[in-house]
Amino acid sequence: MEPLSLANGDSFPWLTVLTFGPMLGVLALMLVPREQKDALRNIALLTTLGVFVVSLGIYFYFDPSVVPASGEPFAFQLTDGPVDWIGALGIQYYMGIDGISLWLVLLTTFLMPITVYSTYSAVETHVKEYMICLLFLQTGMIGALVSLDVFLFYIFWEMMLIPMYLIIGVWGSDKRVYAAVKFFLYTMVGSLLMLIGILYVYFQTGDASGGYSFLFTEMAAVDLTFNEQIWLFGAFFLAFAIKVPLFPFHTWLPLAHVQAPTAGSVILAGVMLKMGTYGLLRYAFPLFPAALKAYAPWIGILAVIGVVYGALMAMVQDNVKSLVAYSSISHLGFCVLGLVAMTPQALAGGLYIMLAHGISTGGLFLAVGILYERRHTKEISDFGGISKSMPIFATLFMVIVFASAGLPGLNGFVGEFLALLGTAESHFLWFTGSGAAVFTQTGGGYSLEWAMAALPAVDQVGPEMTAYVLAVVAATGVIWVACYLLWMWRRVMFGPLDKEENRVLSDLNTREMVYMIPVVLMAIFMGVFPKFFLGPMEPSMHGFLEYMAAEQKEAGFDGSVVVQEPDDDWTPDQSPAEKMRENNR
Amino acid sequence: MESQFTYLGLIVLFPLLGAIINGVVGSRLNRKLVGWIGSGSILLAFFYSLASTLYLYNHGHDSEYGDLTYTAFQWIYAGDLGLDIAFLMDPLTSVMVLVITGVGFLIHVYSIGYMEDDPGTWRYFAYLNLFCFAMLMLVLGKNMLVTFIGWEGVGLCSYLLIGFWYEDDANAVAGQKAFIVNRVGDFAFLAGLFLLYYQTGTFDYVALEQMASTPAGIATMAPVALPAALLIFVGCTGKSAQIPLYTWLPDAMAGPTPVSALIHAATMVTAGVFLISRTHFLFTIDPAIGLTVATVGTLTAFFAATIAVVQDDIKKVLAYSTISQLGYMFMAVGVGAFTAGIFHLMTHAFFKALLFLGSGSVIHAMGGDQNIQNMGGLRKWMPVTALTFLAACLAISGFPLLSGFFSKDLILWSALSNAHVLSIPGLFDGTIPAAALTVEQAQPLASGGPVDVTATSAAFHWFFYIGGLLTAGLTAFYMFRLYFLTFEGECRADEETKAHLHEAPMSMTVPLSVLGILSVIGGWIGWPHFVPKGWLGSGHKGGHGADHAADAGWTIQDVMLGFEHWLDEVFVVSDTFRIVGRFGAHPYSAEMICTAASVLVGLSGIAAAWWVYLKNPGLPKEIADSVEGLYNLLDNAYWVDELYDSLFVQGAIKVGSFFHAFDKIVIDGVVVDGLGWLAEQAGRILSYLQSGDVQRYATYIVVAIVLIVLTILTI
Repeated sequence: MEPLSLANGDSFPWLTVLTFGPMLGVLALMLVPREQKDALRNIALLTTLGVFVVSLGIYFYFDPSVVPASGEPFAFQLTDGPVDWIGALGIQYYMGIDGISLWLVLLTTFLMPITVYSTYSAVETHVKEYMICLLFLQTGMIGALVSLDVFLFYIFWEMMLIPMYLIIGVWGSDKRVYAAVKFFLYTMVGSLLMLIGILYVYFQTGDASGGYSFLFTEMAAVDLTFNEQIWLFGAFFLAFAIKVPLFPFHTWLPLAHVQAPTAGSVILAGVMLKMGTYGLLRYAFPLFPAALKAYAPWIGILAVIGVVYGALMAMVQDNVKSLVAYSSISHLGFCVLGLVAMTPQALAGGLYIMLAHGISTGGLFLAVGILYERRHTKEISDFGGISKSMPIFATLFMVIVFASAGLPGLNGFVGEFLALLGTAESHFLWFTGSGAAVFTQTGGGYSLEWAMAALPAVDQVGPEMTAYVLAVVAATGVIWVACYLLWMWRRVMFGPLDKEENRVLSDLNTREMVYMIPVVLMAIFMGVFPKFFLGPMEPSMHGFLEYMAAEQKEAGFDGSVVVQEPDDDWTPDQSPAEKMRENNR
Repeated sequence: MESQFTYLGLIVLFPLLGAIINGVVGSRLNRKLVGWIGSGSILLAFFYSLASTLYLYNHGHDSEYGDLTYTAFQWIYAGDLGLDIAFLMDPLTSVMVLVITGVGFLIHVYSIGYMEDDPGTWRYFAYLNLFCFAMLMLVLGKNMLVTFIGWEGVGLCSYLLIGFWYEDDANAVAGQKAFIVNRVGDFAFLAGLFLLYYQTGTFDYVALEQMASTPAGIATMAPVALPAALLIFVGCTGKSAQIPLYTWLPDAMAGPTPVSALIHAATMVTAGVFLISRTHFLFTIDPAIGLTVATVGTLTAFFAATIAVVQDDIKKVLAYSTISQLGYMFMAVGVGAFTAGIFHLMTHAFFKALLFLGSGSVIHAMGGDQNIQNMGGLRKWMPVTALTFLAACLAISGFPLLSGFFSKDLILWSALSNAHVLSIPGLFDGTIPAAALTVEQAQPLASGGPVDVTATSAAFHWFFYIGGLLTAGLTAFYMFRLYFLTFEGECRADEETKAHLHEAPMSMTVPLSVLGILSVIGGWIGWPHFVPKGWLGSGHKGGHGADHAADAGWTIQDVMLGFEHWLDEVFVVSDTFRIVGRFGAHPYSAEMICTAASVLVGLSGIAAAWWVYLKNPGLPKEIADSVEGLYNLLDNAYWVDELYDSLFVQGAIKVGSFFHAFDKIVIDGVVVDGLGWLAEQAGRILSYLQSGDVQRYATYIVVAIVLIVLTILTI
């Protein structure tokens, strides 16, 4: 057995500390009597703040110049392990990050203290258990993002589920139990299918390298036939599509959001939904590239339907929270569209939407929570003219609303613009030509030729237009998002202040400002300086696209993935720590 | 690295700083101070705009393209896409920034007086400064995305300012409508951008223009030129309130009046005209694009003018008038007369801002009443307002030697005389050598080469001209209807209102007077070409990069044709081999007839208004009664709003409701609950199997073993 050392070389085990840091908080919480609510809250807040501070270290030491070796989809750094965990089964403890997970981890650590701080007045019952749930959730989320062993990933993935189930089911609104059960069953069905898929691939690893292994790299090296890939991709895709959620797997989401307490909604929308898109990108796409090509146009269509469908649904909601929930479906439609388009711009856009949506939708839920705490209602018709009684709140809320509406200069625009621009130039979403041949290859009972025939005149438009048409239909989202958000805004914030209860509402207190302002500032910063975030991502994305291009070439779809050489002058080639050291010299 | 001209950054920075200061601490400052911070930031921007323009005039030709640039920072980068926050100043931009900061400053000063009693002054000035910031981004952008930031930013500020008094739901509705209608346009704009980028791989104006001036580049652009340009044009119809997306502008009058003057008359609504001029090389590639633009412009100009004739709300008249005048500008850029379009944009900014500010002064005095039927004879109480208003009315009506006369005349003349080169043989298939498209060799083409001007095209141009001429008559009529009903005749206000009538304070009358002077003399830099050569000195220059910097001092001619010469170099790609004059090189007599016709039509309009509204005050009622159907049609603006509402707004809500039901019944009800039901049934069947009966279990085992053996044997 190897000597037990978590860290590679002499560096600090950042990821282990980040993942299990919240557990220290849980231990501390257990020692505090449940009556001391303030102490419990403060401990949770300090824990999450501490984790956030530590997480800045991974930004600081992240070296963007690390690029995937040829034939590898990803290159990880700041790795902990691999250490045998359950050696007999080939399960290892192995963590690492790359440009794709870096910002998602930071998003999680950034949102957690804000979320915890926002619950100070929202939750009065079972504070201890509540805080423990939140911290468990954080461990699960970070763990899932940094795991490099698929089994380890699966453990964290399931670990997220239970605290969230409790948060909705115990601290939610009237129909909380129904919502929680639905949330749990939906995601469990997907997860179990994925588990079967994971095990299938696991049993193939043995032939290649002697012993079975759950390591991602080992699993990616397995050669699967096209038919195997089609089924396995389906299993993985279902699990992640439910989590995203992609139309038509979305009906659990609005219910869960409406019933969940504010903190639950913020985490659910801010981070947990991204686990779906992250999973697609990290696991489903690189493991089954040939199947992805076959599915891609259909995923694109589902994503576009989601954009329009979610937005139109949001428009007719009477409840602020379900409006925001449906808007998430719409926004994540853009994200998935960007991810499957396989062009540098679209991929960057998809990743950027994950971050931007986390901030802006998190902010929207926080704002709705602030209103709810004052009025104990989420019905749009109960409000009106709130701008008059809560001017500071109105200003902050407005920035978030316009960020979500994709106003250039705020964070929502960057991702959606890139995703749509990239989709329009995508070759991956083409139906005709080599792409269509995929469906005849599948043959047998699940040939999709009949569906191809149902599509009107794709051949006449030309294959390029398939992707462009998808981008344009998705782009109608810029109209819908203005419709539902501004209509909501008008009914809630504008108009006459004609209800007695609304007249006396107090504006934000210091605590509320302390957690709202960072969200607002982040929304602005991400809109004005997107390169700060895109820079460290780019080499990882480039490597991933090169890998996918090579895989597609092998599968006979040469040129379907667009790979571009970025200008050298904008991607940082060293970590901020390195740069600082150099400057000091 | 290109040289950095820092002033361009400062021009946009000052308004942004003003907005931040007023937005963050404004609520705690004295209202006057807030106003002066707001105005001061625009004044600084104006100084830097002026300085930049002078620098461009003196040194512009030192660099290759004669443009000043400034790159602030790197913005969106992904793959080989690189978008910077970068600014570009060429003669076209210089006109725009001077109008925005100059007129903008006057309107800010005016607002100090106008918004004196409003508790939200700080919010108002923060929004107004933010607007100027966004508008300056729009015109200074070096690539289409910076323009797009400004494009959406001005939409946001417009939304905020229309709904400034949001407690009245009608204002909030108007703001929302403006934003959403504009978003429809923005959607098309984005779709056009994607198409353009797909073919060209760049958003940079300079790179695109270079591409559009080589055969290889044109061949690259050609497949998408028509759809991309038309999509971008749809975006322009949203921002500039043209058919079919104009319906938001009349409602936008719900905002404070200075806002209407700045945003909904002088600057933001002209963004579409600016954008088409900025991307003129794209819009002239295919003649169908220009004809579409000009047709939409002509129709908008005419129909908006007919609606304006019957409106009684002083601001509604001006709103429809703005739509109509913007139609003229689109007519101009559609027929390739970009200089004329921008010229009218500038003079219109002067006189229309003045009209709005004047109407604000009237509304202020009338205690908020906007109905012109309740006014009359106000000149007695408000001499400065009345006089400046009259100057603006004369200017917009095309009264000789006032600003609007020159610009409108130029548009009408260009509409008649310009023609697109329909086809240059071999242009797109690459058989024509690259050298054939240099400016020198294309010249003979422009002056009588194989120009294919078909009868259809000529018919289009006659249609534009006659439509424009009719609109000119209508314009003179409704503007003087407005003037006579407001300032002349008997005062129809009640006694209480009369007692409160007063002239506006200095902070309002001074901007009025300055704009009044500009409305009179603003056109004197663009005289018609037929004006005798003796006036001009030694004949006019050929333009096209004429070396004016080299001349020591200005001649009278430089001033009289100054505007044209200043902008010439911007549109050189389109002017040299895509737009030609149908009447030969120097058709002075035709031009003169054209001018005479427009003067005559304008004066007739004024005379008719005088006859109907001053001489025979009973007549309007009689006419309205005699053509009641038509009157109602115009009064309700052709019921377009109602049509759009039932079609699109209710339609979208219906679809949304349908989806909602679909979600509940089909996806959740049938599929999800159906799966749940299946699982339950499966559980029942399985539980039936597990009966606890040992003999039955034994049977299962035997059956299973037999099946397994059979399976193995068959394989």
